[in-house]
Amino acid sequence: MHDKQPAISMRNISKSFGPIQANSNVSLDINRGEILALLGENGSGKTTLMNMLSGIYFPDSGTIEIEGKPVVIGSPKDAFSYGIGMIHQHFKLVNVFTATENIVLGLKDQGKYDLKESAKKIKQICDDYGFDVDPDQKIYDMSVSQKQTVEIVKLLYRGAEILILDEPTAVLTPQETDKLFAVLRNMRDDGKTIIIITHKLNEVKDISDRVVVLRKGEYVGEMVTAEASTQEMTNMMVGRQVSLNIDRPDPEMKYRMERIRVKNLTVKNREGVTKLDNVTFSAYTGEILGIAGISGSGQKELLEAIAGLQPVESGTIEYNVDDEQVEQLIGMDPLKIANMGVILSFVPEDRLGMGLVGSMDLTDNMMLRSFRRGNSPLADRKEPRHLAELVVEELEVSTPGVDTPVSKLSGGNVQKILVGREIAAAPTVLLSAYAVRGLDVNSSYLIYDLLNRQKGNGVAVIYVGEDLDVLLELCDRILVLCGGKVSGIVDGRTTTKNEVGLMMTKLGGGEDQ
Amino acid sequence: MIHVVKRKEMPLGKAMAVRIGIIVLALVVCGVITAIATGLNPIDVYATMIQGSFGSPRKAWILAQEVALLLCVSLALTPAFRMKFWNLGGEGQVLAGGLASAACMILLGDKMPNAALIAVMFLASVAAGALWAAIPAFFKAKFNTNETLFTLMMNYVATQLVAYFVIVWENPKGSGTIGIINQSSEAGWLPVVGGNKYVLIVILVALLTAGMFVYLNYSKQGYELSVVGESPSTARYVGIKVDRVIVRTLLISGAVCGFAGMLLVAGSAHTLSTTIAAGRGFTAVMVAWLAKFNPLIMVGSSALLEFMGHGAGEIATTYGLNQSFGDILTGIILFFIIGTEFFITYRIVFSRKTKQIGEEQGDV
Repeated sequence: MHDKQPAISMRNISKSFGPIQANSNVSLDINRGEILALLGENGSGKTTLMNMLSGIYFPDSGTIEIEGKPVVIGSPKDAFSYGIGMIHQHFKLVNVFTATENIVLGLKDQGKYDLKESAKKIKQICDDYGFDVDPDQKIYDMSVSQKQTVEIVKLLYRGAEILILDEPTAVLTPQETDKLFAVLRNMRDDGKTIIIITHKLNEVKDISDRVVVLRKGEYVGEMVTAEASTQEMTNMMVGRQVSLNIDRPDPEMKYRMERIRVKNLTVKNREGVTKLDNVTFSAYTGEILGIAGISGSGQKELLEAIAGLQPVESGTIEYNVDDEQVEQLIGMDPLKIANMGVILSFVPEDRLGMGLVGSMDLTDNMMLRSFRRGNSPLADRKEPRHLAELVVEELEVSTPGVDTPVSKLSGGNVQKILVGREIAAAPTVLLSAYAVRGLDVNSSYLIYDLLNRQKGNGVAVIYVGEDLDVLLELCDRILVLCGGKVSGIVDGRTTTKNEVGLMMTKLGGGEDQ
Repeated sequence: MIHVVKRKEMPLGKAMAVRIGIIVLALVVCGVITAIATGLNPIDVYATMIQGSFGSPRKAWILAQEVALLLCVSLALTPAFRMKFWNLGGEGQVLAGGLASAACMILLGDKMPNAALIAVMFLASVAAGALWAAIPAFFKAKFNTNETLFTLMMNYVATQLVAYFVIVWENPKGSGTIGIINQSSEAGWLPVVGGNKYVLIVILVALLTAGMFVYLNYSKQGYELSVVGESPSTARYVGIKVDRVIVRTLLISGAVCGFAGMLLVAGSAHTLSTTIAAGRGFTAVMVAWLAKFNPLIMVGSSALLEFMGHGAGEIATTYGLNQSFGDILTGIILFFIIGTEFFITYRIVFSRKTKQIGEEQGDV
């Protein structure tokens, strides 16, 4: 490896955002024709580092060399002139344009603007690497994975030699991931350099040649993938020995009862698009019901319908208080549900936009649900303050104090505050959407542990997740959504990743229960 | 290349020192500009400005009353602003309140005891102001109309309405004005307290300031409207009725504007004209923003703006300068104050387009 000149070498790169040191003194080499995995927990500075390579950010200090020559990358255009292109988590495509139009958009080609010629060239690229793109298809007709493909082809069309992919598999099903990895390998074999940012270990193992680990903005080491185990990678990423097994206690069958019964639930969004189609299922006390599906398959609408936040077209949602008393939750708003005595906690996907108020401090966020208590026109802040202090202590939230705005905290700590508040209400039903998204390994395990404790207390937990490995390890049953329909409910202990993956894309079907 | 880089958080003490330093710097710049543009000694000009505001007890009281009136309108806008409802209709809401007050004074002036009349005036002006603000609020809540435009347009409607009634109540005929209302009976005039006709307004607005501070920071409603302002979906998530909070908050905002209208008509001017609000509805926006919507700091920002305004008038008459020169000075000072906030949050880094970026900034 040392006889080769690295394609890119970054030397002592540092970057800070206000008080946050995103990268400090990172040095790393990227070789031509390799797939390099950039591994690290959230907030470890992977994306920031790559954004400096692609010209989005500018380093505070440090140098970047390409083929041994120092360069200054001050804009994405500069980056592109060195053949560096990046695919971000959020795609930058014009919906009403076709794939070809998007790919040539903004290109200052010499000569005539010839879409047909471009389409031919795109077809050629696709055939070379095994992409599956129809150049004339409009973006709005495409699945997430197709859009991602268009982004990749766009870079190749423009002659990129070094491609950076930021968590490309976050939005893909296992099958789509396999397909993506296949084309990435083809590209590597063709001499392209690929950097993939991820925190999923099995993918690192699967695709990369070499892995560089970042922790808290610093370079901590690198390994040749073939010689490293996932346990070694995790330890390096987290900085200490961690156990990778998620607990799954058996549900207490003695007191098990049906808590929520959803029947024939249909929901349309504002534009009249059906988001949930005739959904029927039950959630039981003392179990974790997982909900799997490609993002946007109706998970959000389902939880919000139960929580009283989503107008419903038809169907029923029943809440069983005990064996006799049944309450109907349709047509209720969150306040009415709470006033009925139903303690329904909800950890929404959008933590700062929905679950919390970013600019308010911990105390004020703790009182969001409880501020109405008492007859005084003035709000009591003493109790919320105690609660905030308690949550900070018990969940080991790292914060300067309970007077700090939550938006200043890291993702993991924000989630601890939200989950802490929702659990403190002693709920009978706990809805959670992507509870560990963006959380580091430690925080994720803390959240799994909290959910399991709620399950032990007899709470009906509904867990919407995106990581199938986690769903399979944590949940007692898994409901799979596909395009707003239930494609099946499977037993978390016996099902396989492949089965769930196929159900997510409607190709297979588990046994309906 | 120039890069804007976010600072590490500045300690509060240092930030305050920077702010004070910047105001001093602004005064120096104003002085230099004064010297260059007019050839006058800037120290004399500043002295004249202070003279104009505090030169006699009467001048000082007038300033205090003007600060109170501006502060009153600013306080009115603040709950709406905290809810991120950009109420630019202060002008119209003040006029609506003033119109209601004047109507009571003219139509009921000789029909009831003064105390009862003032009570009726209070209710009428508060209701009129509240209505004027609630109309755009209702449409915002129900149809998500743009409140900035809507409230702004309502100003013109109010102005035209007042113009109409000025003709109806014209006194003496042909003058095009109403003149002093109830000049002989003083019916509906706010009473003189403490032997000084300016004291009452100052006291009322001081109480209002304290009340608004408590309402916004300690009441449940104040908490609700902050949540709605920061994140409507969080508000819905915890069961806050967003529509209702919008309308309720604007009823309060408009009511306080209406009250300011009554203070103007019954407390200081004792007449009604289309210009009685005198731009306070807009100046108040600046007062509220400068104070970051904190009612206590707003005392300071409204005092600063009124002081600059009065000082400008004084130098205009003393030195025969155009009144606009005072506005230029005010503009310069505001520019510095607003600019400071940027530099407190960010710093600017210059770097030449060379390969040795790190070494240049190594010791920054």
